[in-house]
Amino acid sequence: MGIHRGHKARPVEWLAEKFIFFVSLSAILMVLLIFLFVAREALPVFFGQTNTALVQKPIPPEDLDKHSPAELEAYLEITPDQFAKMSKANLRDLMDVKVEEQDDIPDNFRDDPDARINTTQWKYLIQPHQWTDYDKPEYIWQPVGQIQKYNIIPLIVGTLKVTLVGLFFAVPLAVGAAIYVSQLARPRVREILKPAIELLSGIPSVVVGFFALLVMATVLQSIFHYQTRLNAFVAGLALGFAVIPVIFSIAEDALTSVPRAYTQAALALGASRWQTAWQIVLPAALPGVFAAAVLGFGRAIGETMIVLMVCSASVMSWSIFDSARSITTTIAAEMAEAVSGGPHYRILFMLGALLFAATFVSNMVGDFVIHRFKQKLEGKR
Amino acid sequence: MNTVTAPEYLPDTPSSSPTMRHFRAEKFDFWSFFFSGLTGLATLFILGILATILLNIIVNGWSGLSWHFVSTIPKKDFFDIHTTGVLPMIVGTTFRVIVMTIFVIPVGVITAIYLTEYASNTSIITRIIRAAVNNLAGVPSIVFGLFGLGFFINFIGKNLDVVLHNTNAVWGQPALIWASLTLAVMTLPVVIVATEESLKAIPPGLREASLALGATKLETILKIVLPQALPGIMTGGILAVSRAAGEVAPILFTGVAYYMASLPSHLSDQFMDLGYHVFVLSTQSPNIDQTRPILYATVLVLLILTFALNIVAILIRARVRKKLRALG
Repeated sequence: MGIHRGHKARPVEWLAEKFIFFVSLSAILMVLLIFLFVAREALPVFFGQTNTALVQKPIPPEDLDKHSPAELEAYLEITPDQFAKMSKANLRDLMDVKVEEQDDIPDNFRDDPDARINTTQWKYLIQPHQWTDYDKPEYIWQPVGQIQKYNIIPLIVGTLKVTLVGLFFAVPLAVGAAIYVSQLARPRVREILKPAIELLSGIPSVVVGFFALLVMATVLQSIFHYQTRLNAFVAGLALGFAVIPVIFSIAEDALTSVPRAYTQAALALGASRWQTAWQIVLPAALPGVFAAAVLGFGRAIGETMIVLMVCSASVMSWSIFDSARSITTTIAAEMAEAVSGGPHYRILFMLGALLFAATFVSNMVGDFVIHRFKQKLEGKR
Repeated sequence: MNTVTAPEYLPDTPSSSPTMRHFRAEKFDFWSFFFSGLTGLATLFILGILATILLNIIVNGWSGLSWHFVSTIPKKDFFDIHTTGVLPMIVGTTFRVIVMTIFVIPVGVITAIYLTEYASNTSIITRIIRAAVNNLAGVPSIVFGLFGLGFFINFIGKNLDVVLHNTNAVWGQPALIWASLTLAVMTLPVVIVATEESLKAIPPGLREASLALGATKLETILKIVLPQALPGIMTGGILAVSRAAGEVAPILFTGVAYYMASLPSHLSDQFMDLGYHVFVLSTQSPNIDQTRPILYATVLVLLILTFALNIVAILIRARVRKKLRALG
């Protein structure tokens, strides 16, 4: 009685504990699966196994045996799995099709050097290139047409442009409101203000996008008189609405967790409430506020629907009054048209993996800073 | 020698201020007043934005709402104000959220139980689980969409088809079940965090009393801890539902349809969705001025639906709390 006898005495307990443990691993499993499967679809781009060159040197079907499987997979644009399942006759048929395709290419492309370029090489993905009929090297994202251009720099610039406008707008407002709610407002007012501001996060982003598209865009244009009605400025402000609740709740939490002794000491020495908030509480909570901004950044670069509805054109421009196309928007808008398994599809998944990595890093940094900050306040460091 | 001047808050001479006036906590300071005002204004501004969005939608959408509008299955051309309706979108959004809840609540609650009842806070595996949960909460919604396409449809669905349907495409294409599962992965952290909070709020004395009376750990969790935590689990469910109901990006490639003539009847069907319909109406309309009333009414329905689900859940929560109180 009462002696611990391991799992043999209570098999049900033991089983239940193991079951609960394994279910709780699902969060880890999901993060791994997300990374694995988004990256898996993008792998051929990373390993240079995709080829978009329009004019290729055809391999006659008779030469099937002269080439290695890897070469043939790249040439026929098939996966090793598909390759393994195919008989030699099937492969010859595919190669015949390929030769016919090469014969069908319009003559004007035969002399075009662009048609011989594999545009999915890293060189063309990130460096500017002088395409035929252009005066200077340019960054171009243009995934449709005979010669597809996949330069991702305009998308990255577009993402940063919209995100930075959003953060410039959201961070001061959200941090200001957090200071007011946590330090200056009376407790009864605070009880109302906090949930009210957090209600903003309950508005679906598609509704914020709709509001920006129909109402804000018109109002802002009549105030600022810029040319393009839908631009990065409008999208950024709308994005700001979406990240304000995120930044607010984290910053408010950080400011509230500063020990009351700090505040009371400052007030006792004659500082005003504002001086206390600005010179004592805010510096003490600064890591938390910084983390709030970092996590807000992560949320902003991942936001899809708002930017998708407000901006669309991918122009390479740093002006916030031009249109901008973010990474998320590109994935959402073009995935339906991309052929499953084709180069466009692969590159969209590659952009997704890039986005995942960026938010992963910003989340890690944010969480780490908050963790350190809380430990410091608790005096563990 | 330097003369030491008295700090401002000390009375210069005791005789000049017989009362304690100088010891008011705050002397009027213009800059304090100014900056406090600024932060107050920031708060007001945020609330103003919230109110503007809500009022704008309610005022403009109210006139478009009618029984006909919410109970009609529209024809292919749903931009016509007289014949359009949003019944399939309401059904689709509700279904996908319900199926999601069936998957996410058990997994989320069990994970929270592990983290609070079994795990030691310092072990490496616990820290990794926590880090994973935090990370999952920050993954962009469009990446969940890609994951749903790459994992659920292209991997699980296609392989199911090979096994069950002789490679006919049944599961290996966008479907209600895949959209729901994708949303379940997305809302997992919401449920875990809310449940964990409510489990932590239960006094340890209750557990100790139960264990002292001879109950096993599992019995304590099932009969003492979980009933107490039920309101918190409900809150987690509510938050997950209201987050998922408005999300469009994760379902773009995993199940939503531009148009369907009938309601979804099977887990492998595609579905129409309120949020996606808002997106379609506002970006693909041939004439935005004519579509505007339909658009506002649809947005209002979406907001009402998310709030209605919230209210139902809040009512359940209130009843559960009452019961718990009656039990003592």
